Amino acid sequence: MKIHEYQSKELFSSYGIPVGRQILCYTPSEAVSAYGKLGVLKVVLKAQVLTGGRGKAGGVKLAGNAEEVKRRAEDILSLTIKGFPVKKLIVTEAADIAAEYYVSYIIDRNSKSVILMMSREGGIDIETVARETPEKIHSFPIDPFIGLPDYLARRYAFLFFDSMEQVNALAGILQKLYRLFMEKDANLAEINPLVATSSGELLAVDAKMTFDDNARYRRPEIEALLELTKEEKTEIRAKEKGFSYVHMDGNIGCMVNGAGLAMSTMDMIKLYGGEPANFLDIGGSSKPEKVVDAMKLLLDKTQVQVVLINIFGGITRCDDVAIGLLEAFKKIETNIPIVVRLTGTNEEEGRRLLENTRFLVAESMSEATRMAVQTVKTNEKHSAS
Amino acid sequence: MSILIDQSTRLIVQGITGRDGNFHAQKMQSYGTRLVGGTSPGKGGSARLGVPVFNTVYDAVEATEANTSIIFVPAPYAADAIMEAADAGIRLIVCITEGIPTLDVVKAYRFVQMKQATLIGPNCPGLVSPGKCLVGISPAQIFMQGNVGVISRSGTLTYEVVYHLTRNGLGQSTTVGMGGDPVTGLYFNELLQMMEEDEQTDSIVMIGEIGGNAEELAAAYIKKHITKPVVAFIAGQTAPPGKQMGHAGAIISSGSGTAREKIAALEEAGVKVAREPSEIPSLLL
Repeated sequence: MKIHEYQSKELFSSYGIPVGRQILCYTPSEAVSAYGKLGVLKVVLKAQVLTGGRGKAGGVKLAGNAEEVKRRAEDILSLTIKGFPVKKLIVTEAADIAAEYYVSYIIDRNSKSVILMMSREGGIDIETVARETPEKIHSFPIDPFIGLPDYLARRYAFLFFDSMEQVNALAGILQKLYRLFMEKDANLAEINPLVATSSGELLAVDAKMTFDDNARYRRPEIEALLELTKEEKTEIRAKEKGFSYVHMDGNIGCMVNGAGLAMSTMDMIKLYGGEPANFLDIGGSSKPEKVVDAMKLLLDKTQVQVVLINIFGGITRCDDVAIGLLEAFKKIETNIPIVVRLTGTNEEEGRRLLENTRFLVAESMSEATRMAVQTVKTNEKHSAS
Repeated sequence: MSILIDQSTRLIVQGITGRDGNFHAQKMQSYGTRLVGGTSPGKGGSARLGVPVFNTVYDAVEATEANTSIIFVPAPYAADAIMEAADAGIRLIVCITEGIPTLDVVKAYRFVQMKQATLIGPNCPGLVSPGKCLVGISPAQIFMQGNVGVISRSGTLTYEVVYHLTRNGLGQSTTVGMGGDPVTGLYFNELLQMMEEDEQTDSIVMIGEIGGNAEELAAAYIKKHITKPVVAFIAGQTAPPGKQMGHAGAIISSGSGTAREKIAALEEAGVKVAREPSEIPSLLL
């Protein structure tokens, strides 16, 4: 779950991390009046979109007078960056930059802990630094029972600075950012760049935060900041029904029990020359009501030409799954071909129940995938002729 | 032999009075797993499935000498349940619960480490040493005792693979589902080492998926330390970047964690990588 830079900066600010003044604007004229309010000569206009690479796409521009602010704002607000139309921007004071640094906290899978990452190479793409000059990145695992006491924060701050004033300022920022990270269930809190101005002050010039989906239930204040795309909304609706759903652009809808098996089903479709329309994990059980809900989700999309149902009958036996499918499809109105592949406990009984019904029954994953891909190809031939 | 669980396992179920806990406790018991008790705060003194229910894991360990625990406690309380088990002296903790906030798991994992216990999961199907012991939610009837060790990040995909193994006469020593979250307990390298040392295990199947770089680390580890043949399968070759594919840990971030990188690393280490699950048995033979 991502939030905008301006929202991250507001969170930073509420934790006492210094950020420059910023004004959020939706129109060029708002940007011009924001310029007036800030009362400085040079400002930076920054597109607020939920994706990276804004700078390269022309979404971050410097301006030095009202006319320039207006023109730049017009340019930025007409951009679409990686599929996200720019609807708002911030006007901020241009910082007087003496040096740029990188600071972040992330959850590291390998050390199974939160790590603090620091680099003197700030202001550029940190993944490039990590790839090309990994020795320029310092990373420190944080013990969750110790956190970041003064002595550790100071020790890390000495990596960047000699002046005690700056060391103390950075140590404070490191501690506050850690507290913010923990208290909001983040999985990333990044300052890139953290700027030292020519007068020696430290300032977070950019801010990026993402949050843990699993902790949504206890962070309503973060939930309130989210701006979801149409696809994300569908994904969340699916989640509320106990599904995991991800939209794809193909035409073979799939319904699978289990995430790993669902991913493999998509892979197989591709392997056999087809295009999956989605990832859909309906979870462990495959009760009729669940199948009905899942089918509604799939049939909502006009491009779906065939549905592939791949169920491993483990705890729920295949014959019960088959009965459930027959039950569910009494309530579903569609002529779309449905390929069913059932494996696991009592699979022969399960398949026998589905023979001579509306379903196309397959025994193996390869067979089912081939059937689904073939169905789409036949359809396409028909519509072409 | 087999790893982690066998006839000496003495199991308690944390959350035994809940729907899932009770259902699977019964399944495990009927498989032959030695179920010695369960916990449910406030329901101590009662019994379920012929075993005593305790208020705390401390009471359960004291009365039953349990050494293993399986957790079915809801997500907001599950990390706490892990810590209670570790503090009460449980040696192997298997957490089935899905959806625990990651920072809670980070803390619980660190605590388990301090107590020198072992954690499997969360968000995992548990483990099976066929013919001996089942601790988890896997469908018992698909397993067969034998000599293939299986290590996996997934649930039903593991069943699919085990099913193909069994049908081809390839039994399993121990099958471990490590869990699909970004932060979980035992992972590929530790388990590969255990399988390498296990006398019953002749070959190893590892099932990975997109997200993180554990498969790459495993590839490096295999090259250095593993002498037994390893066959791998990686799910998520078609997964779009930045999207979480069901498992919280299955996400390609900024171009890293892709299936292609993982497959390349494994092949480079001499691991045979199957293109589809049904291909695995033939690669083992």
